[in-house]
Amino acid sequence: MAKLKDLTHKEDTLGSGHRLCPGCGASIIVNQLGRMSEAPMVVGCATGCLEVATTIYPYTAWNVPFIHSAFENSAATVSGMEAAYEALKSKGKIPADDKRNFVAFGGDGGTYDIGFQSLSGAMERGHNMTYVCYDNGAYMNTGMQRSSATPYGAATSTTPIGTHATAGKEEYRKDLTAVMAAHNIPYVAQASLSNWKDLMRKAEKAFTTPGPAFLNILSPCPRGWRTEPGDSIELSRLAVSTCYWPIFEVDNGEWKVNHRPKNKVPVTEFLKPQGRFKHLFAKGNEKVLAHVQEKIDHDWDQLLWKADFSKDRTAE
Amino acid sequence: MSEKSIPRLVQGNEAIALGAIHAGCRFYGGYPITPSTEIAEEMSRLLPHIGGSYVQMEDEISSIAAVIGASLTGQKSMTATSGPGFSLMQENLGYAAMAEIPLVLVNVQRGGPSTGLPTDPAQGDMMQARWGTHGEHSIIALVPSTVAECFTLTVEAFNLSERYRTPVIILSDALIGHMRENIRLDQLLKAKVIERPQPWMSPEDYRPFASTERTVVPLAPIGTEYRYRVTGLVHDMSGSPKTGDKRTIEDTGRRLRSKIYDYREEITRVEMTAMDDAEVAIFAYGSVARSAYEAVMWARERGHKVGMVRPITIWPFPTLQMREVADQVHSIVVPEMNIKQIAWETRAAIEGRANVVSMNRIDGTLIAPGEIISSLRDVLRAKGGAA
Repeated sequence: MAKLKDLTHKEDTLGSGHRLCPGCGASIIVNQLGRMSEAPMVVGCATGCLEVATTIYPYTAWNVPFIHSAFENSAATVSGMEAAYEALKSKGKIPADDKRNFVAFGGDGGTYDIGFQSLSGAMERGHNMTYVCYDNGAYMNTGMQRSSATPYGAATSTTPIGTHATAGKEEYRKDLTAVMAAHNIPYVAQASLSNWKDLMRKAEKAFTTPGPAFLNILSPCPRGWRTEPGDSIELSRLAVSTCYWPIFEVDNGEWKVNHRPKNKVPVTEFLKPQGRFKHLFAKGNEKVLAHVQEKIDHDWDQLLWKADFSKDRTAE
Repeated sequence: MSEKSIPRLVQGNEAIALGAIHAGCRFYGGYPITPSTEIAEEMSRLLPHIGGSYVQMEDEISSIAAVIGASLTGQKSMTATSGPGFSLMQENLGYAAMAEIPLVLVNVQRGGPSTGLPTDPAQGDMMQARWGTHGEHSIIALVPSTVAECFTLTVEAFNLSERYRTPVIILSDALIGHMRENIRLDQLLKAKVIERPQPWMSPEDYRPFASTERTVVPLAPIGTEYRYRVTGLVHDMSGSPKTGDKRTIEDTGRRLRSKIYDYREEITRVEMTAMDDAEVAIFAYGSVARSAYEAVMWARERGHKVGMVRPITIWPFPTLQMREVADQVHSIVVPEMNIKQIAWETRAAIEGRANVVSMNRIDGTLIAPGEIISSLRDVLRAKGGAA
């Protein structure tokens, strides 16, 4: 991996002046990941906050070629580019030693929901590309409607707290990272901005792995989570230390947990600072809160089991 | 004065949700998209209180598909979207037309094509509403131009969809959707609601697709003793696919068209303003009609014989009404936030009976009264009058 000193001299992928909110994870994710791209990046981006706020006419914050696709198909658009590029290369119209890094970005709406079909197809077909999901857990661009990445218990504008619904969203979030691992692609990883070195290593690995790679990165959203902009990285840290957002990777089918907190912090520490979970601490919702913890414990145990199982198999 | 009769400041999108609830809509399948999202949010708040279901789907394809499923169970159902979502819904819109499933689809129009102008109004989907899905079919589409009308036309859309067993589209736009006006809910709640008719024949004699020009066979709730099949393939009157029989194919296609087209006079409504002695008509719909009204007032104050025709139903097109108008006036000015979509249709409908003057704007800005007035001036000058 490159040295920090060298990385600071690399040009930003996203220039200053974009209009993402203070404390938004998406722009940090793009800029950090961009530093790990050795080859020139070509970016496809689904409709969402990242696209809207970085390309306001007549400006663009992107220092790389950028295609804004429709909402549902950034993975398909990028797979078309990659396939045509490979074809041109094989015909000798592009030098054989040329290297490009094809990257698709999408929020959780454009990845877990409407863009899921195109993502699944692109990964299964084996394009040499990386798909990066910045997961902020709801449709933040249209005003915080629930997505299938919205955590259990969160209040959103379509899972509002009322007299009939006091618990917020009543469904579990989709474990998309595991779903992508089930595509049997070379590299899948879940990462967090709080664990910077781990994030950068995963970006490098994803970009240099031949074939498809998928990164799922937690992206704090002060507007949607109802938090202070300055708390975003701390919240990412809590997401990892509570095991709400474990950081792990599936490298050629082998599951590895990259950080095992010595003392798992109670999930309430992660939930409490967030306005979207405020109602969970109200009287009568003790059971919901307990259930959130149970589910996280269960998922964490299952993840450890998968990792241990992988390890044993490798040892054999 | 009862509390209810106090005017209430309501947003256009909110009025659509309120109208849907009044019309008996108890299922909403949707996906957030600007500038229609408030309809989904409002429905997610209201439906749980009255035993309805709000389901947020994973995209617009699933949204309309869920609405089709829900409607088959006997629930009045709806979805709302905007440009890109409307495009994604086209296939299933055709399915609903083919399988004759009542539903209401609200399209709060924004600039297009593609992602276009998410937060600005447009009227670029007028022709897509008519012809967006493939194949021969008919459709009903209504165009509200006030917040109160967002309520009443939503009720009417449900009524028409049940009466004709067809999808009905409401073509709102970002301006009407996000605008707030006073409405008197107690008055609006008087709007008549048509319930879904139940089959009068026995389950053995039930043929769900045996509608003729005169009768529409009621759609029995699926899963009851009225057993039937639903398909998007060309089918016979029992719902069995029948793609090898030329007669069935021809009959199905013609009936899907005529079941709405033949009732144009019953379905199609226009509003006439100052048309009695008018020599020039402004033909304007949706948010543009609001500016057009100002232009008519300007012209009348100066003694010009200008009136306004506002289609409330745009599909089926008010062909007969427009022919009468064209026989009376020398010119029809058609201001619209697209490039001549309805002006072309008007020309086709009136077959040269009057001069059609089109004026367009597609930059996401509402056409202002002054712009319509300057078009009017040109028309009046050309006829030799001082304007």
